[in-house]
Amino acid sequence: MKGKVAYFGVFTALALIFSYIETLIPVSFGIWGVKLGLANLIIVTALYKLKLKEVYLLSVTRVILSGFIFGNYFSILYSMAGGLLSLTVMAALKRDTGFSIMGVSVAGGVAHNIGQLIVAVLVAESLSVVYYAPILLAAGVLTGLVIGILAGQMIKRLVNIQF
Amino acid sequence: MGFKKKDILLILVILAVAFLAYYLHDLLGAAAAGTVTVKVDGVIEGVYSLGEDQEITINNGTNHLVIKNGKADMTEADCPDKLCVNQKAISKNHESIICLPNKVIVEVDSGDNGKLDAVTN
Repeated sequence: MKGKVAYFGVFTALALIFSYIETLIPVSFGIWGVKLGLANLIIVTALYKLKLKEVYLLSVTRVILSGFIFGNYFSILYSMAGGLLSLTVMAALKRDTGFSIMGVSVAGGVAHNIGQLIVAVLVAESLSVVYYAPILLAAGVLTGLVIGILAGQMIKRLVNIQF
Repeated sequence: MGFKKKDILLILVILAVAFLAYYLHDLLGAAAAGTVTVKVDGVIEGVYSLGEDQEITINNGTNHLVIKNGKADMTEADCPDKLCVNQKAISKNHESIICLPNKVIVEVDSGDNGKLDAVTN
């Protein structure tokens, strides 16, 4: 418990590093707007290791910091909407023991994209971007699966570490 | 990978929704036989129905538009790059073929999207 602040700092730093690595990968899937969301790996892992309140704080800190460093006002807006919706959905699903980390992560990936799409609708003031939803849904499932596998492995190895 | 039943169910439901939304959009877009509006230098030269097959000569012959099977396609243009000719045929709302050198714009306008437009505008 004494090292809580330190661990929180480590999580934040990791999330930022993953955000940075993300920027090094040029448009990963060849589809506009579709990214792996590596930083979500930290959020999913934290969801299973930290208290929910702390994960929210981590998510917001991560979005604001990486937004200032790598993005701009709009990317903060998009990430914030995606990140918060994603975390809320994941926290809700995690309470249901019928879902494993895979299901939680997939729901998070999809919710992340939906959150961003909602912002896109508001920014563009047009519903026509909703036509993009099917691709974003499928992409969310795919990235959610990848993140779920990775997070599962991380949590397995972190099992002896208590924060 | 430690999947549980509900995980699989969730993934299947999301994918089903995605496919449904995709095909629904495809169907809705195609079902409405709308019109194409031909503009030359910003001035509307004519509005033609996508429902009937026809050939249209635009701008005193610089461009040639063919409407067939509910799709409009630019078949001839006297401009050097032929970008508009190489573009695929258009049929869905707000799709357009643009020939910049001749200032010709062909845009689809399918009437049934009125509901959406009313909300957003």
